[in-house]
Amino acid sequence: MKITDDTIEEHGLTRQEYERIVDGLGGREPNITELGVFSVMWSEHCSYKSSRIHLKKLPSEGDCVIEGPGENAGVIDIGDGLAVAFKMESHNHPSFIEPFQGAATGVGGILRDVFTMGARPVALLNSLRFGAPENAKTAYLLEGAVAGIAGYGNCMGIPTVGGEVAFHESYNGNCLVNAMTVGVLKADKIFKGNASGIGNPVMYVGSRTGRDGIHGATMASDVFGEGGEERRPTVQVGDPFTEKLLLEACLEVFKTDHVVGVQDMGAAGLTSSSIEMASRAGTGIDIDVKDVPRREEGMTPYEILLSESQERMLFVLKIGSEAAVREIFKKWDLEAVVIGEVTGTGRVIIREGEEVVADMPVDTLTDAAPVYNRPIKRPDSQDELNRLDMDSISLPTDYNETLLSLLASLNIASKEWVYEQYDHMVRTDTLVMPGSDAAVVRIKGTTKALAMSVDCNSRYCYLDPFTGAAIAVAEAARNVSVSGAKPLAITDCLNFGNPERPEVMWQFEQAILGIREASLKLGVPVISGNVSLYNETSGTAIYPTPTIGAVGLIEDSLKVTTQYFKDAGDVIVLLGENLEELGGSEYLKVTRGLDKGMCPVLDLDKELALQEACREAILSGIIKSAHDISIGGLAVAIAKSALNPKGAVGAEVNVADSNTKEGIRNDALLFGETQSRVILTLKESDLEALSVIAKANGVPFKAIGHVGGDRLKINGLIDIPLGEVSLKWKSMIKNFVA
Amino acid sequence: MKFGIVVFPGSNCDHDCYHAAKHVMGQEAEYIWHKTTSLKGFDCIVFPGGFSYGDYLRTGAIAKFSPVLKEIKKFADNGGLVLGICNGFQILCETGLLPGVLMRNSGLKFICKDVGLRVENVNTPFTKLYEEGQLLDIPIAHADGNYFADAETLKSLSGNGQIILRYATKDGDVDASANPNGSVGNIAGITNKEKNVFGLMPHPERAMEASLGGTDGYAFFESIVKVVS
Repeated sequence: MKITDDTIEEHGLTRQEYERIVDGLGGREPNITELGVFSVMWSEHCSYKSSRIHLKKLPSEGDCVIEGPGENAGVIDIGDGLAVAFKMESHNHPSFIEPFQGAATGVGGILRDVFTMGARPVALLNSLRFGAPENAKTAYLLEGAVAGIAGYGNCMGIPTVGGEVAFHESYNGNCLVNAMTVGVLKADKIFKGNASGIGNPVMYVGSRTGRDGIHGATMASDVFGEGGEERRPTVQVGDPFTEKLLLEACLEVFKTDHVVGVQDMGAAGLTSSSIEMASRAGTGIDIDVKDVPRREEGMTPYEILLSESQERMLFVLKIGSEAAVREIFKKWDLEAVVIGEVTGTGRVIIREGEEVVADMPVDTLTDAAPVYNRPIKRPDSQDELNRLDMDSISLPTDYNETLLSLLASLNIASKEWVYEQYDHMVRTDTLVMPGSDAAVVRIKGTTKALAMSVDCNSRYCYLDPFTGAAIAVAEAARNVSVSGAKPLAITDCLNFGNPERPEVMWQFEQAILGIREASLKLGVPVISGNVSLYNETSGTAIYPTPTIGAVGLIEDSLKVTTQYFKDAGDVIVLLGENLEELGGSEYLKVTRGLDKGMCPVLDLDKELALQEACREAILSGIIKSAHDISIGGLAVAIAKSALNPKGAVGAEVNVADSNTKEGIRNDALLFGETQSRVILTLKESDLEALSVIAKANGVPFKAIGHVGGDRLKINGLIDIPLGEVSLKWKSMIKNFVA
Repeated sequence: MKFGIVVFPGSNCDHDCYHAAKHVMGQEAEYIWHKTTSLKGFDCIVFPGGFSYGDYLRTGAIAKFSPVLKEIKKFADNGGLVLGICNGFQILCETGLLPGVLMRNSGLKFICKDVGLRVENVNTPFTKLYEEGQLLDIPIAHADGNYFADAETLKSLSGNGQIILRYATKDGDVDASANPNGSVGNIAGITNKEKNVFGLMPHPERAMEASLGGTDGYAFFESIVKVVS
């Protein structure tokens, strides 16, 4: 088949990139199979060609880091010989085209990334973003994606314990589905995607290869126009049952001494797994596609190499161990076939029987892939965007109404409808269920527990990508801290528009710098991550969405704290300071339809002190509840703490004379989203002890009210029966999808 | 005593049941691979929850052909205790060890949450330590828990005291508001006529430690231990 300009374009490659391929092949033109392999390896999705130079700026080192970015997942040390592997990944493009399968296979892919490292997955989280509620596709995408995540995670028996769901018109044409897996493993038993040892056999395991998902990675590296549905065949179909068998079989094989390296076949399937493994080891690899188990007759080498059929793994084994390993997979009714071997040639050679159908240097496909320093430009509209004339915003006439309308916003409303569809208790380790700031999962056989949270406020990132991204890190870490855990590390999933537009690259660069600053200051290295670009349709990009997943450690799982008020008579304390900030708030959006102003400021010194004070107080055993103040501000935070699922309990609060600066507007006080604030409850008699801890950490401290009664009373401005608050907050999403 | 926990391809509450039997109850426990043909030494066989064979066909429809089932039928016929939780209950119905079927939830969605239950019969080896009419809070987690049986079967279930658990409100009322999945008569758990085979949709193994939110499921396992010992 002759390679024409059209063929090159269909493969998502530029003319210059093509010439680079010819160079890499020593002046020879690639055949169609080779062109296919290059096109996926050099796609944005696999090569990170637009983002790579920026990603290098992210701090990935720390005392607890065992494995940073570059492997299938990052790994941190949690002491006593144990380690935790985690990563977050996007499945945005497929989920918009086919939400159920797109989301399901997103979960499947990230699970494989984690158990490939040798870890048993113990928790799933996700971050979902859909278009405006009034958009015709929103409810359909929400229902489909949630059912897909449930269908996969529930069948696997891994609890889906936390996450976030948000709605905004910027996602009308591109929903976001980011999935995170956390797994536990022994610190000295970590497996890597490494094809070392010349002559070692390469074994294919799992589902057969079909024609599904060919060029999925390329699709994920392109913008949508009209008619995205036509791309449905590039979406893979998930089979969680086979993945469950694969998980159990792999963990059994990992207990043996036979495995040299392993990698899952995710995006770009057999191609990227084999080539990346050879690249990491500095070796070559020889594969005969005739030996690859196939679902149908007549598949070409091109199709076999580029298929993204799910639930497949590639192992490199020690010579002579093939039979023993095959026996374990057989027990789990899985196919395991030797399809090639590791070589010392530095080349990936694909054969079909006797015939060589592709022969390419490994380093040209990987290290020598194009890297772009794309032009960057701050949008001209940014100044106007950041301008907010506070005098033009009149104060609410009825604060009760305002609070209820905020609680009814789908971004704040209870996500019970979502997480009730996820099995969040299987494995009997979930100490804190979905709904509180962070989910907490214990580790059986130890006193330890892991706290985890996924966060991003993309409106902040739109107004100021640097601060918005830093706040995402701060909030994820804060959520983990208020559960009593020490945040150890983060993973990121960077969702942006078309990188070929300088304004998008500006957002991207700013966000990276913001994550960097917060990560360094808060001591949470970025140990893994994923970039999803080209999230735009017909020229409209999503709001920049750098989602952050944080994992923290609780040494004594009895010290876990939730956000819920417990007992009448307890004192409510505010840590932190109220500033007059309304820019980027949900309040402005809900009441005025505005995404405008400056997002809240973030002082990382204050943030660090706040989180340390919180943890210290929780560890001292005096704290009954701890809740971070975020979207919706102080009033919403108090309402959500009051709505304890084990029985709601009211509160009476007066913050007017607290840390408030003189002259602060009442709407900013109640609904502004100033950072680095937490509300705690405790017994009156423990107040002094808390005050000492707050002072020692230099954190502003003030008792602002008491738990009790069946009403929510704030500052003489808000006075609503709890039943009304609960009804509004709980019913919105249910009613929306009904 | 010794619990045996049957593992099918796709079982996923096997570890939880093992933990409950071994670490919470402090009893002996062992996994039983579904191809096993000997049940020697076991006092109670547990069919754990999960998605045996992916439940792609009908829940439990393929699991019932596993070799271990033949042995378990003999084990039950000889009076051995068999407990089926969630997918385990579905499998027991498929094999005919328990009457009736479990259909797709009336709301058509998977549901994971705490539900209220009322204990209907304490004269069984599984509920001995509860009180008649006792109200429990135990989680469910299933997509196919909508119990159905024809009128005649229901009549005999009821007449023989085989209905063990019903979904109930906080006040103990058995009404539609307490029914999470559309089960006929709010039925959440039943036994066979001889009361040595018990199937239930709720997950007692998830409600045995206070740190996980409640201990209302503990006495099911405690009853078994007491009866056997």
